[in-house]
Amino acid sequence: MSATIQTLEPAAEQPTRLPPQMTSRLDGELLEVSMGPQHPSTHGVFRMNVALEGEIVRKLKPVFGYLHRNHEKIGENTSYLGSMPYTDRLDYFCSMTNNWAYALSVEKLAGIEVPERAEYLRVILAELTRLQNHASLLGFLLSDMGAWGTPLMYAFREREKILDLFESLSGSRMMCDYMRFGGCRVDAGVDWMKLAKKIVDFFPRFLDEFENLIVENEILIARTQEVGKLSAELAINAGITGPMLRACGVNYDIRKVDGYGFYPRFKFRVPLGEHGDTYDRLMMRVLEMRESIGILKQAFEQIPAGPVMNPKVKIRAFRPPVGEAYGRIEGPKGELGFYLISDGGTNPYRYRVRPPSFINLTVLEDLCLGHTVADVMVILGSVDIVMGEVDR
Amino acid sequence: MESLEQIKARAEAAVPGAKIDIVANPGPSQQSSLLIDNEHAVAVAKLLRDDPALRFDFCSNVTGVDWLDRTVKKTVKVKKVVDGVEKDVDETTEEKLPGYLEAVYHFYSMTHKHGPVIIRMRTADRADGARLSSLTPIYRSAEFQEREIFDLYGVRFDGHPDLRRILMWDEFVDYPMRKDYREPDDYEYEPTPHDDVLEKAKQHYSPRPQLDGAENITAQQQ
Amino acid sequence: MIGTGILKGMAVTARNFVGSYFEKDRLITVQYPEERTPLAENYRNFPFLIYDTDDAEAGLRCVACKICEKECPPQCIYIIKSEDKKPDYMGKPQFYPAVFDIDISVCMSCQICVEVCPFEAIKMDKVFELSRRERFDALLQRKRELSKSNTYYHSICPTEAAEVDAKLAEAAAKKKPTPPPAAGSAPAAEPTPAPVI
Repeated sequence: MSATIQTLEPAAEQPTRLPPQMTSRLDGELLEVSMGPQHPSTHGVFRMNVALEGEIVRKLKPVFGYLHRNHEKIGENTSYLGSMPYTDRLDYFCSMTNNWAYALSVEKLAGIEVPERAEYLRVILAELTRLQNHASLLGFLLSDMGAWGTPLMYAFREREKILDLFESLSGSRMMCDYMRFGGCRVDAGVDWMKLAKKIVDFFPRFLDEFENLIVENEILIARTQEVGKLSAELAINAGITGPMLRACGVNYDIRKVDGYGFYPRFKFRVPLGEHGDTYDRLMMRVLEMRESIGILKQAFEQIPAGPVMNPKVKIRAFRPPVGEAYGRIEGPKGELGFYLISDGGTNPYRYRVRPPSFINLTVLEDLCLGHTVADVMVILGSVDIVMGEVDR
Repeated sequence: MESLEQIKARAEAAVPGAKIDIVANPGPSQQSSLLIDNEHAVAVAKLLRDDPALRFDFCSNVTGVDWLDRTVKKTVKVKKVVDGVEKDVDETTEEKLPGYLEAVYHFYSMTHKHGPVIIRMRTADRADGARLSSLTPIYRSAEFQEREIFDLYGVRFDGHPDLRRILMWDEFVDYPMRKDYREPDDYEYEPTPHDDVLEKAKQHYSPRPQLDGAENITAQQQ
Repeated sequence: MIGTGILKGMAVTARNFVGSYFEKDRLITVQYPEERTPLAENYRNFPFLIYDTDDAEAGLRCVACKICEKECPPQCIYIIKSEDKKPDYMGKPQFYPAVFDIDISVCMSCQICVEVCPFEAIKMDKVFELSRRERFDALLQRKRELSKSNTYYHSICPTEAAEVDAKLAEAAAKKKPTPPPAAGSAPAAEPTPAPVI
């Protein structure tokens, strides 16, 4: 593979799908437009400075930092346990996977074993998180496209059921703060499992309906196919991860590659796209949800009884040995990693989050060049960003 | 995957003059790293990416770390004659180690699905204009992350195409992730019963704000 | 044929619209505040302090050890330990918090204070309708407002409260055979192993 090094200058002439009379150049200069930060389709407070030629994007610079609170500095000034509730607030759609990634890194750092039941619970919760994240992403994406409300409300209805599950288990719908180093905070009872099974069994019906609603829709196809194409070479070189990478046809799923947790025990397939366009990215989420349902069903069957917390782990005054560790998981948005350096104290010396949606934005300009302003919103929606994580 | 020693040997053979050290990791995670000198970092990274046996084509994570100046105290037992009797006396020597800023890169291979290989680069000192070579020309994914390190740690990356502040605003002067950073005292008053704000909070303490009957409306318990 | 995809989508919309009148799964919202969904037992909102018996002063389990203050991630708890000791409801002299404040505008409901408390003295409440007329009203919750009885705790989290009671009774039974601690020493010098809740 010869990696293509993209300069930040726009390529000479981007192919456009507009009729030629609309692309003909005027003698004017480029029009600079600031999109955001307060705009419903920017998924938070995200701004893009765009240079337009007519309606065509010729340059695009993302501007970050409106939600910056220096999460990493807070992490350095808080105990290891105290950072756990803060990780909920990174990607507030997927607090369970954030918890897991952080717990995994600390477990690597301190060499902690996790009981079997806790590992299964983590898989169950991570896959439920993936379901609700992908479902609501599809809703938002369609909302960006102008399908105002309906798909989003259907997605939120299903998400609501999963959030109720999280609430009855961890106490909070979104800020779960559920996992601990060496296990999980509370055990899931029989009733919870029954309810979760019921919801998971019901989920395919929603997926079927949702696919009927969107997949063959001509407007959606016209708006997404061949829009925002990403080549596999650039995706790898730019560190794109998650469904966005797999939409380009690169088979790289950390659940398979690292085999963290108990994922090697589950049978599931990794869906791969072909074209790397917005439509593929969208369908990737639908297909991944189907695989997640498969994993969940296996997990409900296999989950053993037992403790959910390693009794040797101290909750208070937790001091891992001197060293460093990088732990990563396949979050719903991509590779979520935590890099920790311990100096033997109660606080980490360095606490770093590798935010998937931030790094996935690296190629936003490359995706948008040559497309219209309306397409920028669709492309941005398909990247799946949450500003809590991008800005940290 | 090849061991770190093999990778080191391979890199030293391919990039003449490169100084590579292995930084051991005493923790249980077993993630040791390679310390690469600044001038040859780009060549070594290119080798890591393009060598058919290694193919670390995916730069996952780029981190800045601030190591402050520190003094290491070493206690050595020395035989000394005290009052005519030979005794073991502890002698403490202090060694001053200068601080530095560090950039840590985590590489994985998407082709061979192995990794990580961790490489580190260190600046000479913690001065404002501390420099490192940018790996963005090799790995595009380092683009935003190196900008973030520049923004929060003040490391200047030579060869970076667009080195600007990314999370802080452009007019901001300091580097907030440095360990010796002190935040400016320009907070707005918030009723927090803590530290400096405590005194102000006490003004809210008593007397209670005038009761207007709203507090009698309580939530219905279920 | 062009348009079939849209028609399929319309059929889904129609099914959902009609279904919302008949199926609970298709319409899961409720008309708050007239209608309410029951709260989950694990639901947590803000912390409160537990007292035994009816005496909110003497029955308070908190002995002002300040562990929760130290561990609280956003640092929203503020405790001043008493200078003297007062007899608790069992007649044993104990330190007590002279001031116990929680700034609930800072609290992020993470329940770490509950986990680290070795005395089962602080638990999570379920009251969520906390709006007030003025901006600064009731942001600073003081000891008087935070103290709630064990009976109340039983009413909001019956299973968990029963477990806690059993645990405390067990700990008390264990203590009895040993000679009574010298007057004045704080109880439970060796905190119970990490309370798993």
